[in-house]
Parts: sequence; C-alpha cells; structure tokens
Amino acid sequence: MPLLQIQKMTHEFGGLRAVHNYDLMIESGQIRGLIGPNGAGKTTIFNLITGIYTPTAGKIIFDGKQINGLPPHEIASLGLGRTFQNMRLWRHMTVLEHVKMARYSKITYGLMGAFFGTPRRHREESEIEERAHGLLEMLGVSQFENHIVPNLPYGAQRRVEMARALATEPKILFLDEPTAGMNPEELVQMMRIIRKVHAEFGLAIFLIEHRLKVVMELCEMIQTLVFGEVIAEGTPEEIQNNPAVIDAYLGKEKVA
Amino acid sequence: MEETAGKSSTGMVRLGGKARDWFSNVPLLGWLMGATIAVALEHVVGSPLADLVGLPKIPAIFGVVIMLKKPLLIPSVIVYVLLIYAVPIAVVSRLIAPVANRLAAKFLSISMFFSVIIHLDLLYLALHIWSEISDYRVLTLKLTLIAIMVTLSLNVINGYMGEFSCSHPGFMALGAYGASVFTVVLFVNDKQFGTAVLPPALGPFLFPIGLILGGLVAAVGAILVAIPSFRTRGDYLAIISLAFMFIVKSLIENLEVVGGPRGLSKQPDWANLPTVFTWTVVCLWIINNFVRSTIGKALNSVRDDEMAADAMTVNTRRTKMTAFLFAAFWAGVAGGLFAHVLRYVNPGTFGIQKLAEVLAMVYFGGLNSVYGAVVGAVSISLLGEALRPLEIFKWIIIPLLLILVMIYRPTGLIAFKEFNVRELIRPKKKTE
Repeated sequence: MPLLQIQKMTHEFGGLRAVHNYDLMIESGQIRGLIGPNGAGKTTIFNLITGIYTPTAGKIIFDGKQINGLPPHEIASLGLGRTFQNMRLWRHMTVLEHVKMARYSKITYGLMGAFFGTPRRHREESEIEERAHGLLEMLGVSQFENHIVPNLPYGAQRRVEMARALATEPKILFLDEPTAGMNPEELVQMMRIIRKVHAEFGLAIFLIEHRLKVVMELCEMIQTLVFGEVIAEGTPEEIQNNPAVIDAYLGKEKVA
Repeated sequence: MEETAGKSSTGMVRLGGKARDWFSNVPLLGWLMGATIAVALEHVVGSPLADLVGLPKIPAIFGVVIMLKKPLLIPSVIVYVLLIYAVPIAVVSRLIAPVANRLAAKFLSISMFFSVIIHLDLLYLALHIWSEISDYRVLTLKLTLIAIMVTLSLNVINGYMGEFSCSHPGFMALGAYGASVFTVVLFVNDKQFGTAVLPPALGPFLFPIGLILGGLVAAVGAILVAIPSFRTRGDYLAIISLAFMFIVKSLIENLEVVGGPRGLSKQPDWANLPTVFTWTVVCLWIINNFVRSTIGKALNSVRDDEMAADAMTVNTRRTKMTAFLFAAFWAGVAGGLFAHVLRYVNPGTFGIQKLAEVLAMVYFGGLNSVYGAVVGAVSISLLGEALRPLEIFKWIIIPLLLILVMIYRPTGLIAFKEFNVRELIRPKKKTE
C-alpha cells in the first residue's frame, strides 16, 4: 500500500479552478518532485494535502486513513511534515524554541503540568530539548540555538525550518521550494542536507522546485503541473525530453 | 542609544556605568535586606525626620504629592527621600553584599523553593513595614498588587498571543461580582440576599473559593470572546472584545439582584495585605510557569505565524481558548480581590477608563514579559496616585509618557524578556 495516495483531487477558489483531478501515489522512502510554471497550483496542492484548504472533491489517503477534512494540526501530527516557500519562522522565538514547539502534539504533561511546573513537565521538557539539540546538531545550526531567527543568515534559517519540520517526526516531508533565493554554494549544501535527511530518517520526500537542476538530481519521479493539471509524469529523463513540458516552460515555437 | 547620545552625555553614561559596577555584586537578597532596613528606619525615625525637615507628615508615596502641592517643600522631600530610602538602601545593600551573597548561595543550595520563600518573606516584610505608616499606603499597595495581576493576565492575550483584547474590565467585573455575591450571600446579613448562611468564622477559609468562583465566572464569559477569535484576528477581535466589555457592564447595570447601577457593597473585610500579596505571588508563579512551557510558548507561535503553528502540530484553537480562559480567570480573581479591597463594587468602575488604564500598564511595561507587566503595573499605579494633585493634567502626563515609550520602545520598557527565577535570586559574583 502506498504511503500517500491522492485520487482525483479538485479545488476551486470561487469560480477559479486551481487544481483539477490531481492524482498522486508516493511510496515510503521515495523522493518525488513537482515542477511547473508560476501560478500552476503547486503550493495549492501542498496546502490541500496538509489541510490548510479542504479539497472541493477527491480523496487523500495517508497511511491507510482518509485525511481530507481533518484540521491541519491533526494531519501534521499524523506524520506529514512541511516547510514553506517563505519559511514562516516565528520571529520572536529562538531556534531551540522552534524545534521544541514542533513537539507540541507529543507533549503529555497537559495544562496542569504547564501551570504548576510538575516534575513530569521538567522531565518531558528536557527530553524534548535533548532531541532538539540532536536535530540542530545534525543540520549544523546548533551554534545558533539561543538566537532569535531574524538574526540568522538566510541559509541557516532554511535549515532551522527543516529541523523544525523534522521534529514533528514526519513519515513524509513536503518541501516547498527549499532552495528558493539561495546562492549556488548554499544550494549545494541544501541538496546535501536533503539527501542526508532522506537517508537518516528513511522519509518520503515530496518537493516543489523551480530549479530543474535540483529536481533532476534528487527525484526519482517528477510531475509537471500546468494550470492545475498534471501534463506529464515520469523519471527526470522522461520529463526533460517531454515535448509538452518543454512547451510549458519555453513556449511553443512560433511559425513565421 | 549610547552611540547617538552627544559627547556631554557620555560622562553621565560613564557615571551610570560606574554605579552599575559598584552594585553589580549585590544579589536580590541584599537589595531586599537594604529595603527592609530602610523601611524599618522610616518606621522609627520617619516622623521626627519629617518634622525636622519641615514636612507636615511622612510623605505617603515618596513625596511626589507634597512636591506638586507645595513646590517650596521640594528640597525637604529630596532630603527625606535620600536619607530614608536612597542612602540606607545603597549603603546597606553594598555593605551587606558579601554576606548576602553567601546567604543566597546557601539558601539556593538547600533548595530553590526554600530560597524563593525566604526572598518572598523579606519582600513581604519590607512592604508590610512600609505600608504600616498609613492606611493610604496599604490601599495603594493592595491596588498595585491587583494591578499586577490584571496586567499579567492581559499580557497573556495581548502580549504572548498578540491579539488585541479589550474585554479585561469585563472579566474583572464578572469576577468581582461573582466573588462578591458568594461572600455576601453566605456570610453577610444583607437586605438583598437575606441573613448569613454560614458563621463568619468560616469566611477567611472559604474566601479563596469565592475568588476562584469569580475567576471561573469570568472564564465562562471568556468563551464568548474566544470563539470569535478562531475566525477573526486584529481589529475585528478588538471590536468584538470591546463590545463584550460593554455588554457585561450594561448587563450588571440592569441586574437589580446585584444592585444594578448602585452597585454592591458590604463585602467582608478579608482582602488584607497578606491575602492580596499571596494571590499576586501565586498568579505570577502560575502565569510564569505557563508562558515558559512549550504549551505556553504555543501562544507565541500562534502570534508570530498561525499557519506555521498549525503545520507544526500546534492545536491553535485549543491554544487560543486556553489563553483566553486562563487570562480571564486571573482577571476574575483580581476583580474579586478588588471588590473586597474596596468593599464596594459598581458597574461604572469597569468601563473604558479601566480599560485604558490596564492597556497602558501592559504596553508601558512591555509585551510578552512578566517583568514588563510588573514594571508597567507598578509604575502606572504609583504615577496615577502620585500625580493626583495635578487632577486633569494627570491624564495628559500619563498618556504623554506612554506616547514617548511607544516612540522609543514600541513594545514597551522590558519586552520579550523571560522571567527566570533562578537567575533572579542567584548570588552575584563580582565582575572583574
């Protein structure tokens, strides 16, 4: 059984059809890519799967459970982690707090623990902290632990976001343009991190990317989305040579 | 700030730096000891000294009132304040520092709890001796402590969660009336509610239950504000919460059972200084515990980016609900204490003026900070009392101050600072 299965997902904003009959199947451990021109509906698909929008029609089955219609935080705690195109870090919180916060749904000490500072709370908080240290160490940002995020360099912010998403213990990680705005050096580092994370945690990864180089190197399978519809699906080589994809990206050759 | 300051002020900065060095190894324990000795000194020689320097009586709140009323007495007041407070506190805390450091280390090594209790006892002792000079001081102190509770609880919503809620006077009113009805019905022979049900001896023991009941009534009211907060943020929520405040006010005005606009009186005199002090400490402790836990920090994540909070498994609805109910509960308890301190309560108290006062305390002191809440509540309360002789100008000076703070420190004096008790009470080593 696939880890994530999407059948005929459709979404309309008022009269505008943003996504139409979208199908997807991801096995656990697979890396998949989603490419497409601006405004094709890539991020909308992420938002639909992670519960920010509820699809107008269709089915999303994760780990044998239908998840469309569930609130986003429940979907996230089932094991769908994500990052955002514009990161959405919490600007007044420290790096360590970011990663600790992502353990929210695993906390069992409850409100009484929070109010009265019970021993159980202290134990759990230090467990969470231990784990957070580990993740930050792994992503190479542990030296920033007690800094608030706006003070960090851009590449480090991206890694913090990744650490935060990983702290939710995802089975599948959704990366929304993880290399947006990066210079070539940062780009190579980010690709190394994605590979490392994939190997270490055995995650499935689904990523949106603008840079063809990244998707071509990382992904086993790629979908191309244009105007909310998948026009091509296949291995990087197949996609690269697909005339429909070339049309969508470069435009049709004009006959004079 | 230092960089932009002119050359003439660098001397001042250096002087300030020197003073800071001079006192850098005084632990909190030392300051508290100094303060206790200073107020004890006032207790003994305050009256003769006031006579000597030509003051009519011991200045109630550091002499600001006297200075404003009779400018000629300004030098006398300065001498008095220097001799009674500034010099003794400075000298004693400086001299006692080595001993205080050793004691602080010793207490902390026994246990954190023990050390905290010792500090609180000393603080209470100092406040108690200070307030024994006059009833006016006792009242001001109690109202200031209550203001701390209200400011802390409003800071949970407006600071930590970043919603602009205007409903706090409403929550206070609910708490005040809830607690008052409880005590008056049970323990007082009253025209409205009939004879007392329980012997008054039981009263002080059941008083906490009354206050908690008041808090719960306020929390129930908070549900009405919390639910719209799921959908709206910012301006809309501010208006909804403002509406809530007015609804509560007119509800009570039209409720003849509790006296309508005439108010409710005859509350028993149980809100003495130790009671108010204890409640304030408990409130501060619990709120601080909450906002420092990951569950409490979820408020910050909702404030800074709700969508990200959701994606990181934070139950944003539950978080908002908790914040509103929790804050309202403490506002309710504070309202209950307020009613029993004044022993009279009427709906007019909990109007727009109260709201302005509480908001000023929160934004003056600093958002997202327990220190800020305490500083804001204390300074606005004391300023309000001290500037009383200026009458109408008081309401020009305080807002002006607030505007200045908003210009130079938009989030308040001490914003976004964690209240770390261990850090606060630890012994200070001399800086080299």
